[in-house]
Amino acid sequence: MTAVASVIRAPRTVNRRLLTAAAFAVLGLVDVFVFGHLAHAGDATFGLSLPGAAVTVPSLHVPAAPVAYALGAASIVLAIGRAAVELGQRVRRVTIAAVLLFFVVALLCWADAGNAIPLNLVNLLAVALSSSIPIILGAMAGCLCERSGVINIAIEGQLLFGAFGAAVVASAFGGLWLGLVTGSLAGGLIAVLLAVFAIRYMVDQIILGVVLNVFALGLTDFLFDRVLTPYQNRLNSPATFASVKIPGLGDIPIIGPIFFDSTIFLYITYAVVILVQVGLFRTRWGLRVRAVGEHPTAADTVGIRVLGIRYRQVILGGLVAGIGGAYLTIGSVGSFGEDMSSGLGYIALAALIFGRWDPLGALGAALIFGFATSLEQILSTLGTALPSNILLMAPYVVTIVAVASRGGKIRPPKADGKPYVKA
Amino acid sequence: MKLELRGITKRFGSLTANDHIDLTVLPGQIHALLGENGAGKTTLMNVLYGLLQPDEGEFILDGQPTAFHSPKDAINAGIGMVHQHFMLVPVFTVAENITLGVERTHALGLLDRRRTRRDVRELSERYGLHVDPDALVEDIPVGVQQRVEIVKALLREARVLILDEPTAVLTPGETEDLFRVMRELKAGGTSIIFISHKLREVQAIADTITVLRRGKVVGERPPTASDSELALLMVGRKVELRVTKAPAQPGDVVLDVAGLTVPTGDHLLTDHPAAVDDVSFQVRAGEILGIAGVQGNGQTELCEALMGLLPSVAGSVRLSGRDITSATPRDRLRAGVGYIPEDRQEDGLVTDFSVADNLILDVYDRPPFASGLSLNLDAIRSTAVKRVADFDIRTTSTSTPTGTLSGGNQQKVILAREIGRDVKLLVASQPTRGLDVGSIEFVHRRIVEQRDQGVAVVIVSSELDEIYALADRIAVMYEGRITGFRPPTTSAEELGLLMAGAGTGPDAGTQAGAASDSPGEPTEPV
Ligand SMILES: Nc1ncnc2c1ncn2[C@@H]1O[C@H](COP(=O)(O)OP(=O)(O)OP(=O)(O)O)[C@@H](O)[C@H]1O
Ligand SMILES: [Mg+2]
Repeated sequence: MTAVASVIRAPRTVNRRLLTAAAFAVLGLVDVFVFGHLAHAGDATFGLSLPGAAVTVPSLHVPAAPVAYALGAASIVLAIGRAAVELGQRVRRVTIAAVLLFFVVALLCWADAGNAIPLNLVNLLAVALSSSIPIILGAMAGCLCERSGVINIAIEGQLLFGAFGAAVVASAFGGLWLGLVTGSLAGGLIAVLLAVFAIRYMVDQIILGVVLNVFALGLTDFLFDRVLTPYQNRLNSPATFASVKIPGLGDIPIIGPIFFDSTIFLYITYAVVILVQVGLFRTRWGLRVRAVGEHPTAADTVGIRVLGIRYRQVILGGLVAGIGGAYLTIGSVGSFGEDMSSGLGYIALAALIFGRWDPLGALGAALIFGFATSLEQILSTLGTALPSNILLMAPYVVTIVAVASRGGKIRPPKADGKPYVKA
Repeated sequence: MKLELRGITKRFGSLTANDHIDLTVLPGQIHALLGENGAGKTTLMNVLYGLLQPDEGEFILDGQPTAFHSPKDAINAGIGMVHQHFMLVPVFTVAENITLGVERTHALGLLDRRRTRRDVRELSERYGLHVDPDALVEDIPVGVQQRVEIVKALLREARVLILDEPTAVLTPGETEDLFRVMRELKAGGTSIIFISHKLREVQAIADTITVLRRGKVVGERPPTASDSELALLMVGRKVELRVTKAPAQPGDVVLDVAGLTVPTGDHLLTDHPAAVDDVSFQVRAGEILGIAGVQGNGQTELCEALMGLLPSVAGSVRLSGRDITSATPRDRLRAGVGYIPEDRQEDGLVTDFSVADNLILDVYDRPPFASGLSLNLDAIRSTAVKRVADFDIRTTSTSTPTGTLSGGNQQKVILAREIGRDVKLLVASQPTRGLDVGSIEFVHRRIVEQRDQGVAVVIVSSELDEIYALADRIAVMYEGRITGFRPPTTSAEELGLLMAGAGTGPDAGTQAGAASDSPGEPTEPV
C-alpha cells in the first residue's frame, strides 16, 4: 500500500522540485548568455573600502566574462542536482541563496566590465542597508500589528506622517531627537485611528488601512502646499542625523563601514528587529500576542485581554513605523516632500507577507527590496548600458524565485483581520 | 469545593437561555447536565466560567457569594472548563497551550521552557493523561487535544471542572480513558460538571443528573433512572430511541466509486501515505451504506473527495453513470448530491449569516429563491419558517445569525438544508454528532424517509449505534482502506475488530453484489 501511494503521491513534490530547478537553470543561462557573453572585454573592478578608511583594502579585479561563465555553469549544475535528488531543507535553502548570489555577482561583473570606474561594493551595500531601513521598520510595524490579528495596510500612512512630523518639529525647534520622537508619535497617531476603528468599530481593516493612507497623503500634501512651502525655512529645513561610527566595530575592514558606521536609525533598526524576534517567540508577551492573533477566543478563555493586547500592538506598530518615516526626512534627505514615502509602506507590507509574518523573514525580504533600489541607483551612476527598468525588475524576479522555491504553506495569523466579538 | 448556583438567569434579547437556574454541585461529585439542543447548558457554563455575565442570580462557593466578571476570576476561584469547541491554538505546542496565561518565565518575561515542559509532564503523568509537551496541537488527534484541555484546567488547579460535551468527538476507547481520569479526579476531591447527550455515558459515570429544558431545570434524577425516563424529561415527549425501518429496496446504482485515492494533506502524519487508499464501493438508490470506523481513518477525506473538496490522484467517482471525478463541488450539488460535513462550523455554515440565508446557501441562485439577478426574499423567508418548524430549530427568528445558535441547532440548520431539497445522493458525515435524543430520532427518521423515496445514502459515523440504526450495508474503514463489507446483522465485536484493522482486504466482505464488483479495476493514470 505504501509503494502504490508513494508512486501516486510523487507528482506533487516532483513538480515543485522541477519548478525550482527550472528557475535555477534560467538564472544560470542568463549568467552565461547575457552577463558572460555580452560583457565587455576586460576586468571588473570592485572597490572594497571607502575613501578615508583607516585600513584600506585593495580593490578586487576579476575577469568579468569568465567569472560570469563560471557562476552560470555552477548555477546550472545546481539546477541539475536539484532536479535529480530530493535534498534536505537546509541544503535546499543554501542552494537558493547560492544561485541568487551568483546571479547578482555575475550581474555586477557584467555591469562593471571594462569600466574605468570601480564599482564600490562597500558603498553599494551600505546604501542598500540604509535604504532598507524604512522598509524594515515598516515590516516590523506590520508584524507587531498583524501577529495580534489586526491587518495593517496603513504602514504607508504611518511612514508619511512620521516623515512629516519629524521634519516639521526638528526644523521648528531644532532638536533632532525631538523630531525623532515626534515622528514616532505621528506614526502612532495613525495607528490609534486604525486601532479604534478596527477594534472598537470593527470597520473592514483593508478598506480602513487604504482610507488612512489616502487621508495621510491628502493631509500632508495640503499642509505641505499651504504651510511648509510658504515657511520653508522655518518649518521644513531640518538638520539630519550625522553618522556615528561604533568604536572598534566601525573600523573593521569591509564589515565596519557597512554595518557599524551609520546614523542612529540603523542602530534603532537592529534593536527593533532583535526585540521583535526575541519578544514574539521567546517571551510571555509574544506568546500572548500570537495567541490573540491565532485564536482570540482561546486566549480570552484563559484570561488574556484580547482587545487590550490588540490596541497595544497596533499602537506599538505605529510608533515603530513612525521612526521609519522619520528616517526618510531627518535620517537622510532632510526636508519633507510630497508623497515622499512613495509606496515604501506597501513594499514593507509585501516584505512582511513574503517573509511569512516572521520578523527575520520580513527582514530578509526587506533587504532584498532595499538592495534592488540601491543597485539601480548605483549602476545608473556607473553609466552602464543596462536599461534601468530591467534592473528594477530583477529583485522582484528574485523574490518570486525565493518564495516559490521555499515551498510549504504561507500562513498568516489565523485571526488576522477578524474583529473579536465575545461569545 | 461546594458550588451553588442560585437563580441564574441569562437573556439574549427576547430569548431566556437560562431561567432562574438553581444547581448544587458537591465536592467530589460528578454532576451530569442533560438537556435537548438549545436547552441552555453551554450558556449556563459560560456564565459560570465568566465568559458571559448573568442578568440575575449568584454563585456561592463554599458558602461565599462570588461574582465572575471574566474567565480570569473564575479560574482564580478554581473553576476550569473544557469547551464544546476546543480552545486550543493549533500552531502552538501542547506545552504552550497548557501554560498560556500562566506562563513559566525567567526574568524579563523570557519563557522558561524547561520548567514549562517539566510541569506539564509531571501533571500529565500524575493523572495518566499522556501528552507530548512538544507536539504541535494541530498535529495531534482530537482525543489527545481533549487531554490537553483537561491538563490545562488542572494546571490552574481547577476544583470544579466543566466538561461540555467532551465525548462527542471521542472514540469509544478514548471515552473510557476520559472516564478513568474523571473518576481519579473525583477521588481527589474535584467536582465535575459533565454535559453529554449520550444517556448511556451519563448513567455510567454520573453521581446525579440534572435535566434542563428550555432554560429551566425540570428535574434531578439519580443515575439509575432509565433511558426512557430521562429522554421523556429532556424532550417532554416519548422518544423512540431506535427508529423502525422496512428492509431496503435497492434500485439502480447511483454512486460508483472505483479505486479512489486521496493523498494526505501535508499537516497530517507522514507515515500515512494516502488518506484514502484505493477505495471502491457502490451505493444503489434506496439503500443506506454506513461507513463505520474509528475517526481519522480517512472518512473525512473520503467525503471531501466525493464532494470535490479534495483532489483525488487516482480512481473515479460516477453519479448515475456520469463521471464526476473532476467536477467542481458546485456541479456536484447541481447534479443532486447533498452533503452534511463533519465540521459544521468550519465547512457547513456561514456563521455570520442568518438562519434563513444559511438554509438556501447552495440554491440561492435558483428559482424560487432567485428571479433574474435578484433574490426573492419572500420565498427565502417562507421556506426558512417552514424548515425551522419542520426541523424544530430553536432560534429566536429566521434572521438570527447562525453562529449564536446552540451547537445542536447549528447542525439542524445544515440537515434542514441538505435533506430539505431533492437529491439523488446524500453524503452525511457524523450527521447526529451533538444532537439530543429527540433530534437524533427525528434526523434518523428523515434519512430513512429519504432512502425510501429512492435516495442513495452514505452515512459516515464513528458511532456504532448510529450505523446499526441506519445502515443497510456496512463498510468498515481502517487506515484509508475499506477493510470489509458486512450486513447490519454483524455483531459489534466483529465490527470492532475490523475497525481496529483486523480485516484481510477490501473485498473480504460477505456482501458481494454491489459492493465488491470492481476491486481489480485499474486505477486511472494521473
Ligand atoms: N450569543 C448568543 N446570542 C443569542 N442567542 C444565543 C447566544 N448564545 C446562545 N444563544 C441561544 O441560547 C440558547 C441556548 O444555547 P446553548 O448553547 O446554551 O444550548 P445547549 O444546551 O448548549 O445546546 P447544545 O446541546 O445544542 O449544545 C439557544 O437557543 C441559543 O440560540
Ligand atoms: Mg452546548
